[in-house]
Amino acid sequence: MQKYSNITATIALAKASFRSIMRSPSAVVFTLAFPLIFILIFGFLGGGGTRIDVGITPGSDMNNPVIGMLDKTGMIRLVKNKTKAEFDKLLEKGNVDAMIDVHRKVNSAAYSVNVIYTSASRDKGGILKSVLNNLFYDKTLKPSIAEIKENTITVREYKTIDFILPGQLGFSLLSTGVFGTAFVFLSLRQTLVIKRFFATPVKRSSIVIGEGIARIGFALIGALFIILIGHFFFGFTLVHGVFTVANMLILATLGVIVFMGFGFIISGVAKSESMVPPISNIVTLPQFLLSGTFFSIEAFPTWLQPISRALPLTYLNDAMRKVAFEGMGLWDVKFQIMILLLWGIGIYAVAVKVFKWE
Amino acid sequence: METKKAIITVKDLVKKYDDFVAVQGLSFEVYENEIFGLLGPNGAGKTTTLEIIETLRDKTSGEIIVDGFSVDKNPQEIKQIIGVQLQAAGYYPNLNLIELLELFAGLYGANIKPMEMLEKVNLQDKAKAKYKALSGGQKQRFSIATTLINQPKIIFLDEPTTGLDPQARRNLWDLITEIRNAGTTVVITTHYMDEAEQLCDRVAFVERGQIIALDTPDNLIDKLVNSGFERKKEVKKANLEDVFINLTGKEWRE
Ligand SMILES: Nc1ncnc2c1ncn2[C@@H]1O[C@H](COP(=O)(O)OP(=O)(O)OP(=O)(O)O)[C@@H](O)[C@H]1O
Ligand SMILES: [Mg+2]
Repeated sequence: MQKYSNITATIALAKASFRSIMRSPSAVVFTLAFPLIFILIFGFLGGGGTRIDVGITPGSDMNNPVIGMLDKTGMIRLVKNKTKAEFDKLLEKGNVDAMIDVHRKVNSAAYSVNVIYTSASRDKGGILKSVLNNLFYDKTLKPSIAEIKENTITVREYKTIDFILPGQLGFSLLSTGVFGTAFVFLSLRQTLVIKRFFATPVKRSSIVIGEGIARIGFALIGALFIILIGHFFFGFTLVHGVFTVANMLILATLGVIVFMGFGFIISGVAKSESMVPPISNIVTLPQFLLSGTFFSIEAFPTWLQPISRALPLTYLNDAMRKVAFEGMGLWDVKFQIMILLLWGIGIYAVAVKVFKWE
Repeated sequence: METKKAIITVKDLVKKYDDFVAVQGLSFEVYENEIFGLLGPNGAGKTTTLEIIETLRDKTSGEIIVDGFSVDKNPQEIKQIIGVQLQAAGYYPNLNLIELLELFAGLYGANIKPMEMLEKVNLQDKAKAKYKALSGGQKQRFSIATTLINQPKIIFLDEPTTGLDPQARRNLWDLITEIRNAGTTVVITTHYMDEAEQLCDRVAFVERGQIIALDTPDNLIDKLVNSGFERKKEVKKANLEDVFINLTGKEWRE
């Protein structure tokens, strides 16, 4: 008799599971349709709001009428007390639309105003320009302003899609990992499919790994699809092209493995299939809302931010954005990866305890 | 009479579910290449006994040897040489019959032609159908096909003919006889005594977890007759089942 092969069994299971997933409408809807709908909405919506964030260059004079007047317009939010390096980052991302530097001219009572616009925020830069022009011709200010020097720096444009897509991708991975895994293992157990498997020589580890391979494969195909649609139809930035995509897929794999752990736990805790969605939502919804899927975490009230920073999806989203837009390598996001791994260890420690085979 | 070689030996098998004793000290042997029937009322402990031999449930005490392997020490080896039809089981969702058989081929590490397996149980027309879409009898037949994938030495059939029409039942008897003639040992449970009488070489009657009789159907019947038993009503030369078969033919139904 030929020797029994665990690998053959695992592959057979992965193949069966993958076929089954591809034919299950809910899996396809959660993994692809939802994220794509959000990407579409935000892709066409574009960057909302006309508030203009203007950074004050470190070392600038603060007690001058120009800055005071800008503050009063109500349209402009002044960003102070950051280092040059921090401002560069913010400018690049379009979180700061322009920089302003006001200095008293040498041997003069008048001020010199130095404005730097960025290519990332052309529209807002234009608005700021007209606001400044108005100020320049304002009767009360006129005598004190000697000149306005303007410059535009070119930065890579950070589009809405560059923020939205990684968030949607992360959420897609979260739902596939959690819902898919929880449903499959609960239903295989309850419909006695697993019992029939146990009458064959297959190992338990083969069942888990086979299911895992199928789920990861499906999630990665979904991720690739989302990235490509984002790139070719909405101009999603992939700094190093294919290399960036590969890095994103590696992060996606890590993410879905961690999230599957939640699924294993839920399949063990839930008593019936109808209990899966509510329990899964307890896991996914807070992350959907608080992990920077739609808004930058920095926009949240300060008391909420520590909660956001505790969630695994936050770190996956963060790492994805850094890799995709800033062109970082995986080593540059090792902190985010480490937090995800820690979550993974914790989740699987619980999963091993509560997972049920029968 | 030649001495027969036991392929399954069950000794003092006890199974407790909490306080309830479902199997109380069963001992029996199944001989190589026979069709062995486990008979008895609902809840007698037939399924429990089978599933313990199949290594799917733990026993409370006792000793079981299957083809030289102990259920305690070598469950993996046992699983490789047995085919199992469970009284209640499910199959992977969203897959058609061919795909399910491919999956089981992988799980058993066997090389099979799925279509040939389906032909054995006359399901070739349903090759692309999902398990869910099969009728009760077709489901049973498919289950039996899955037990043959690894060319097992022993197959266990837990009520394989429950819910089948008379034709399907008779054809299944033929299939089971063929399987046995090909050298496989068959352990079967059923609630149909005509079936046990026709099919089984030996039967064990189980009640409340104990064996109350074990012999060939012939011997058991003779013993009863010799004790002076008589049927209340004279039997006619045919029964209603014969009428059914006569009216509807012997062919498998869809
Ligand atoms: N998992 C279980 N937990 C508790 N009791 C059980 C369990 N499985 C079976 N039993 C009990 O053990 C007894 C034997 O059950 P078993 O399924 O072996 O009967 P059976 O002879 O196969 O009956 P049937 O002819 O109805 O299939 C029954 O009283 C049943 O209620
Ligand atoms: Mg039973």
